Amino acid sequence: MNTRDMVYIALFAALLAALGMVPPIFLPMLGVPITAQSMGVMLAGSVLGARRGGLAVLLFLTLVAAGVPVLSGGRGGFGVFLGPSGGFLFAWPLCAFAIGFMVERTWVRLGYINAFVINAIGGIFLMYACGIPWVAFSAEIGFWKAFTGSMAFVPGDILKAAIAAYVAATVKRAYPIIGASSGRTH
Amino acid sequence: MNLGLYVHRDTPLHRLPAGAKLAALLAAGVIVFLIPDPLWLLPILGAVFGLFVAGQVPIGQAAHQLRPAAILILLIFLVHGAFTSWALGFLVVMRFAILLLLAVLLTFTTRVSDMIETLERLLIPLTPLGVHPEKVSLTLSLALRFIPLLFDRFTRIREAQKARGLDRNVFALLMPLMISTLRMADSLTEAIEARGYDPDRPVAKRR
Repeated sequence: MNTRDMVYIALFAALLAALGMVPPIFLPMLGVPITAQSMGVMLAGSVLGARRGGLAVLLFLTLVAAGVPVLSGGRGGFGVFLGPSGGFLFAWPLCAFAIGFMVERTWVRLGYINAFVINAIGGIFLMYACGIPWVAFSAEIGFWKAFTGSMAFVPGDILKAAIAAYVAATVKRAYPIIGASSGRTH
Repeated sequence: MNLGLYVHRDTPLHRLPAGAKLAALLAAGVIVFLIPDPLWLLPILGAVFGLFVAGQVPIGQAAHQLRPAAILILLIFLVHGAFTSWALGFLVVMRFAILLLLAVLLTFTTRVSDMIETLERLLIPLTPLGVHPEKVSLTLSLALRFIPLLFDRFTRIREAQKARGLDRNVFALLMPLMISTLRMADSLTEAIEARGYDPDRPVAKRR
């Protein structure tokens, strides 16, 4: 881990905080808020790669836990992890790592389509795979009710995966980080 | 600039070390899941409210922090009422109420710097696993320093795109923010390296 890696991790954690300022969009029919922050998780993985992306998200969550109100809507503190939806937050670093891992392995062929598939697997499937059992267990409502309730957020997450894929593919062309650093030793 | 949710008051709760409060919160997390009867949780909830009074927590700000979780918990309560039993719903609500209120209490009575110091101390045992507490410290302080800067950058990008009528275009906001963050990282790395910082050489703690 060299100085550049540490700086990328720190600045992406700060970028995630800045994304919390983006006002949430409400889907017309479902009335569920879509926030930009979980898109930042996808971006951290797809732009920085597995290790740096995962650590950037972990660093961001550490700041949140320490009481910095940078979670979407100006929230922070340990409470956000202890609520019924805490599992989704705990999944974030894992998602960024998984997305980064897949992006690194497809780097030379990375375009909009495979970036979208990767973001959907790592940022949607994996996140719900961690979040839903947490809701089911902590609220004792059973798996299927937790599953049904969570599905309201899926359309928004698909939209986010598409946007993140577009941004990631554009950044790959304009300012590649993963390919540029692959020759360097850590 | 005050980045934390901490509100300064002079109470015993504020003076308590962060590590002790954190340990108490984790203990409470285990205890509330072991108690099967919601009626036993009622006095605990009462005690938590007592602590809020003792800690002079600003109620309005605390309520803002709890609102999204409260909506979700209310939904869960209704689902329990409709499908299982109101008693189980009540138990679940009580558990979350106690835990979330205690967590908010911790956040409002503990400085961010104290929390970060405690979290860094917890990392020291992980050193043999390849965790470098010094690198973590530097990265944490860099992130804290750059949050207000990136907030400012984002506001400027939004205003610039508004002038072009593009402030509702998510790409017109995201791409410049992304690229300017990566550029900032490059010049920051150069600035740090120019000052002779070597991440693999231990430095004396400056305090």
